[in-house]
Amino acid sequence: MKTKNQLALAPWVFTIGFFVLWEAICRGLKISSFILPAPSTILLAVWEYRSQLAYHAMHTLWMTLAGFALAVGFGLLLGMLLGSSRLINAGTYPLLVGFNSIPKVAVVPILVFWFGVGWVPPVMTAFLISFFPIVVNVATGIATVEPEMEDVLRALGASKGDIVFKVGVPRAMPYFFGSLKVAITLAYVGSVIGEQNASNVGIGNLLTRASAAFEVPLVWASLLVLAVLGVIMYAITAYAERSMTGWAQRSQMAA
Amino acid sequence: MKSFVDIHDVTHVYARAEDGLPAVRNLTLKVNEGEFAAIVGPSGCGKSTLMKLATGLQFPREGTVIVDGREVGAPVKLAGMAFQNPTMLPWRTTLDNILLPLEIVEPHRSRLRRHKAEYVAKAEGLLAQVGLKGQGHKFPWQLSGGMQQRASLCRALIHEPKLLMLDEPFGALDSFTREELWCVMRDLHAAQKVTIILVTHDLREAAFLADRIFCMSARPGRIVAEREVEFPRPRDLEITYTPEFAALVHELRGHIAQARQAA
Repeated sequence: MKTKNQLALAPWVFTIGFFVLWEAICRGLKISSFILPAPSTILLAVWEYRSQLAYHAMHTLWMTLAGFALAVGFGLLLGMLLGSSRLINAGTYPLLVGFNSIPKVAVVPILVFWFGVGWVPPVMTAFLISFFPIVVNVATGIATVEPEMEDVLRALGASKGDIVFKVGVPRAMPYFFGSLKVAITLAYVGSVIGEQNASNVGIGNLLTRASAAFEVPLVWASLLVLAVLGVIMYAITAYAERSMTGWAQRSQMAA
Repeated sequence: MKSFVDIHDVTHVYARAEDGLPAVRNLTLKVNEGEFAAIVGPSGCGKSTLMKLATGLQFPREGTVIVDGREVGAPVKLAGMAFQNPTMLPWRTTLDNILLPLEIVEPHRSRLRRHKAEYVAKAEGLLAQVGLKGQGHKFPWQLSGGMQQRASLCRALIHEPKLLMLDEPFGALDSFTREELWCVMRDLHAAQKVTIILVTHDLREAAFLADRIFCMSARPGRIVAEREVEFPRPRDLEITYTPEFAALVHELRGHIAQARQAA
């Protein structure tokens, strides 16, 4: 029981400890708030700019969720296709890996040529940056169905589709939800990059303007808001993972 | 009696075999309808290949495979299978795992939704027969290895297959559980009159359960001996301690030892 309480408290203790240490270093070494503002200064800035931050954060949240939703839909479909056909898998893998290796910030200008400045580039960047881990994980889950299980079903006359939908897809769900945790944070990165380069609203845009104007506390306040939003979204996907795939998390390691 | 499974002069090479050596060569065997056949042999002798050939998961390069009067050219659809690994799906309850074949095989596939209660009752009947009464709501990972293997047998039988293929189904179990499951298997065979082909390493298992035992040679596998088992049914576990039983096992062992030496 004691260890369980300790485990529940640990994230809070470590997080608060981190900020206390940061505060102490800033004050002790008298670091200029232009270089590294203390957490107290950042919190004050969050409060001061709260309405502006809230407005832009909501925009970023929407961009992220829209891109993420696209990534989930597309990633599931492509993952199922890749997982069920070795030919398509082998054929498209170099393309996919190559595409994933391109820094997405380099793609934003192209998106601007195509769609202009606005909400489309952030959504597309979030989508492009986050679908890859979903595809790979879903494909792996489906491609690694036990051969015996496949034999059992094929001896009954099951089609490829039967095997994919009855066994492959449910089996891939733990991989899928695991990848969502990675994808949601990547989608954040994507939408902020998109907003920085091709939008008039959003935290990314706010960041660009604040740093151009040397409003250092506002820059840090924006980063803090992003981090908090990221943690919340991650926690939601982690919760979804636990409630959807409890059967996969029965080991002592996961408890 | 007509033969239900007729494998005639079959040679099979896997496409992926690196040395190009056939897994089985000039393999011939006949199993009668309703018979319990066992196949024993040294490890790697192509017993599993034989299973795949008989169920239409692989097609022979040479020779013919006839099951239920028809030459096999596609998965046979009338077979149930169970392996050493119970391969239960962890996200389904044991009962839903057992019902899985019905979601694939016609005519059950299109009837399942409307006649669910009837099929569930049937699955529960099977569970009771293998000693798992009332355990259907549990997830497979909440069951012991032996219990999972029992459930796997239920899954192999739920669609009333005419042919049951067992690939070392009791290989991973302790000897007490194994003997218990021999009896379960014996009673299922007596009750369902299904043709069974059991692949095993365990000579006592083969001698206790089977009507007919085939010994295979080392790879490339072929049948080196065929032996009918005369012990009357129903058989009791006690017969495994009689001199006749010991003599049979000894004789089988001789065939296997020869097969290993020839390799």
